[in-house]
Amino acid sequence: MSSTVLAFDRVTNLRGDRTAEAGVLAGERSAARVGEAIRFEGVRKSFGDREVLRTLDLDIPAGQLVAIVGRSGGGKTTLLRLVSGLALPSHGRVLVGGREVNGLQPSVRLLFQDSRLLPWQRVIRNVGIQRRPNWRETAEEALAHVGLADRARDWPAVLSGGQKQRVALARALVSHPRVLLLDEPFAALDALTRTEMHELFSRIWQEHGFTTILITHDVAEAVALADRVLVLRDGQIALDIPIDLPRPRQSVGSAEAARLQAHILGKV
Amino acid sequence: MNGAAILARLRSIALSWALPVFILLAWEVAAKTGLITARLLPAPSSIAAAFWRHLLDGSLLEHTLISTSRALKGLLIGGAIGFAFGVINGIWRPAETIFDSTLQMLRNVPHLAIIPLVILWFGIAESAKVFLVAIGVLFPIYLNTYHGIRTVDRGLIEMARVYGLSPLDVFLRVILPGALPSILVGLRYALGIMWLTLIVAETISASSGIGYMTMNAREFLQTDVVLLGIIVYALLGKLADFVTRLLERWALSWHPSYRPAGAAA
Repeated sequence: MSSTVLAFDRVTNLRGDRTAEAGVLAGERSAARVGEAIRFEGVRKSFGDREVLRTLDLDIPAGQLVAIVGRSGGGKTTLLRLVSGLALPSHGRVLVGGREVNGLQPSVRLLFQDSRLLPWQRVIRNVGIQRRPNWRETAEEALAHVGLADRARDWPAVLSGGQKQRVALARALVSHPRVLLLDEPFAALDALTRTEMHELFSRIWQEHGFTTILITHDVAEAVALADRVLVLRDGQIALDIPIDLPRPRQSVGSAEAARLQAHILGKV
Repeated sequence: MNGAAILARLRSIALSWALPVFILLAWEVAAKTGLITARLLPAPSSIAAAFWRHLLDGSLLEHTLISTSRALKGLLIGGAIGFAFGVINGIWRPAETIFDSTLQMLRNVPHLAIIPLVILWFGIAESAKVFLVAIGVLFPIYLNTYHGIRTVDRGLIEMARVYGLSPLDVFLRVILPGALPSILVGLRYALGIMWLTLIVAETISASSGIGYMTMNAREFLQTDVVLLGIIVYALLGKLADFVTRLLERWALSWHPSYRPAGAAA
């Protein structure tokens, strides 16, 4: 199923009228939504004496794109690590798709600020890192999906920052994640590339329907991408608002977007 | 490359070779005219003659092969032990706690200082030379393997775990390739020590090998053969270095700083 979608999308890429087709694709996929709900129940996390998250209760419905903004050290990355299973809560529990997280989750994928590609493997081998059966074909499809079909044989070192992040995204897509966690993956990119990545990512998110938590410092980015914005301050949720702007959203924000941004900034 | 560029390149090659060629010529003339005593420093032509003589009677090849085989045996044994310790201490904390400080202490003993002890233990048998070389190469390989493994990007290891790679796969596909640049630096360093150790060991106690050949020649005042031995050692060292360079270029072709010029991007 998904491989036909990938193939279909490659055709639309070639034709270059992505936005028109993306809506059709998203509609087609809606029947097979893959996202999983995420739930925090009384979660606390401390490192030694320092309490990073204090009694967090949070419900993220399947398929939602939540942005979490907040200052450095506010517990954002810890929250992602708890969902991925890279860290376990000190108290309370984290549920993904109704199952308690007690280790690494095969259905959860992470994108980091640095792309974390293996520099000694060519792009195609990085994307197919899991070496599942037919990994080469699926990796090629995923690369085509992010518009990098022609860079499969390159070393990661020759790619630009944005291209590296697109390869990392393709690598995550290969394993059909139900939850995709983004730890500021666009922060190190220049403004133009970042806007491109926003468009690419919202298109892919709409097609695949995975649940997403996006961590960012950039309030404009949060408003441009998310269904809902959370402000995390001193390990607690200081603000939780829905973003009811129509999609696809413009890179230059509307008056409503500007109002939301100002409101969020006031709480950070 | 156009004609003028080739010409300029040839000119710069010729210029860089001018001084060595001049020195050789001056040396030859000085030795032939008796300006320097041929017994202490024979003319280049007589070294070349000695080379030809020893090549024809097969002794040069025999001694070179014996020396090379000692060097490689020592490298293999010492390198394997150093590599194993580097890997274990690099990935497993308890092993580091137990072994590292001991290894660091032993490292500070100059390995050539234990030659008298080695002769007492092994006599002048083959094992003495191999043992000394092994001790000499062990530490640079150990240190660089350990350091290389320790400095592999933690983020890459975490990523590999998130993607469900088995511990063995994480080691083979992430840790080892990440440590390889450092391991190869250790290997190059070890090769230098390998030849140096062998020269000393063969000079002191041996009945074959290049070192024996030169010491034997010293007894009979064949200075040309002594110089020949020195040159053979230099060439063997250069050859080893060249091979490691090739190995680096092949194994680190992904690394921007090892890519041959002009092939970038």
